[in-house]
Amino acid sequence: MERIKQFFKSFLLVEMLKGMKVTGRYLFAPKITVHYPEEKTPQSPRFRGLHALRRYPNGEERCIACKLCEAVCPAMAITIESEQRDDSTRRTTRYDIDMIKCIFCGFCEEACPVDAIVETRVLEYHGEVRGDLTYTKEMLLAVGDRYEEQIARDRAADAPYR
Amino acid sequence: MDSLQPLFEQLFGSEWGGPLFLLIKNLLLILAIVIPLLLAVAYLTFAERKIIAYMQVRVGPNRVTFFDIPWLRGWGQPIADAVKAIMKEIIIPTGANKFLFLLAPVLAIGPALAAWAVVPFSPELVLADINAGLLYILAMTSLGVYGVIIAGWASNSKYAFLGAMRSAAQVVSYELAMGFALVCVLMMSSSLNLGDIVAGQQGGSFLNWYLIPLFPMFLVYFISGVAETNRAPFDVAEGESEIVAGFHVDYSGMAFTVFFLAEYANMILVATLASIMFLGGWLPPVDIAPFNLIPGMVWLLLKIAFMLFFFLWFRATFPRYRYDQIMRLGWKVFIPLTLVWIVVLGMVMQLPEVVRQSFPLNLWFN
Repeated sequence: MERIKQFFKSFLLVEMLKGMKVTGRYLFAPKITVHYPEEKTPQSPRFRGLHALRRYPNGEERCIACKLCEAVCPAMAITIESEQRDDSTRRTTRYDIDMIKCIFCGFCEEACPVDAIVETRVLEYHGEVRGDLTYTKEMLLAVGDRYEEQIARDRAADAPYR
Repeated sequence: MDSLQPLFEQLFGSEWGGPLFLLIKNLLLILAIVIPLLLAVAYLTFAERKIIAYMQVRVGPNRVTFFDIPWLRGWGQPIADAVKAIMKEIIIPTGANKFLFLLAPVLAIGPALAAWAVVPFSPELVLADINAGLLYILAMTSLGVYGVIIAGWASNSKYAFLGAMRSAAQVVSYELAMGFALVCVLMMSSSLNLGDIVAGQQGGSFLNWYLIPLFPMFLVYFISGVAETNRAPFDVAEGESEIVAGFHVDYSGMAFTVFFLAEYANMILVATLASIMFLGGWLPPVDIAPFNLIPGMVWLLLKIAFMLFFFLWFRATFPRYRYDQIMRLGWKVFIPLTLVWIVVLGMVMQLPEVVRQSFPLNLWFN
């Protein structure tokens, strides 16, 4: 009996029609695609995008060349050289991040004792030749200057959880 | 148009004028069929991407437009794809047989376009109104598989060769079922002429179409047609998860595009034949006022579009058949089914005249 039922079921294409019913229903379902350049998904304040070097409000750069970020970087993307400045503080002469090596893990940000190196929400940047994606100290400071307001806001939003 | 013949005879003499006129006239008619067909193919690819995307809750191509018109967004995609394909290099593998490698796409698309010669678009509109039309179509669709086989052989690649072998076996198996399903149509209409087959379905409404008495044969024909064109779920010849892209792995640029065009032209052909033989071709579904005022060609195009939608729907729904299941379906299910149906149909046709003229049967056997 079961076999006869199965026979008619397969001959009448019941299973096939069931499958087509599902796809047919989804043809009219609302589409969930995010139309990227026009629409964007919301970002967390902890978003890890392009790096930036921050300054204190008086314009002094925060980085004290402790090299903790360089040490913790799992991809070894950070290169730092430092020397003593005339006012006898230690500062970096070179601070390069190779964005091609970087895996955006956020360890540098975690390691930094003075919140100097941070990751911003910026994700839309590109390089046209290979060297373009090696960000130097000047470039990182410029990113920091440009997005300082948002960076400060994001740090403040995340502060209660630290 | 025929009034131009005397002009040609004046210009080129009575000996050359006539044949020359015929040649030019037929070339123009062929162009009038092929150019809309290729445009339809281009937009069928667009429809496919769009419909399958919608069934997968995506939106599909929606960027390329003409002259920045916002509501045409996406409609430029097939044109952009064609331009891209034309610009690309045709790479010929070193181990390939160059002549056969380049001949294969031609062999694939030639029959796919040639079969359109006998397709009647309306009672008057048919390029070659030959009496063996159906036979010609079967011959042409069978020839198409040579393009695939030769492509697989000439590429000198194991994946291409496997694809060609699969495709050859599959097309040969399903051709039998397809042919038998069409034999039923022949028995009903007692004509091989496609125009006569449509005329045989005349009689007032869709109840007269061969779809009703031959519904199982319609299914067999259409599923065989899907298998014949190597479309999902019967696309083991391409089988990108097992053999990369099957017979056209080594083809690039325009040579690949020609295979692509041939596949889609064949899809449209199968849909057209299904409409002509089972869905009453150019006949309106109900022969009353608003419907029969619409020209027959519009009805035919609507039916073709309807059948093509099923091709896309199948592709969005079903996973690929395993190879032995394809063979089982073709040989152990479709062929016995069609053979039984032919016998049943023959017996019904031999019923006494009185029975055949009584209610349901008189719709089809007149």
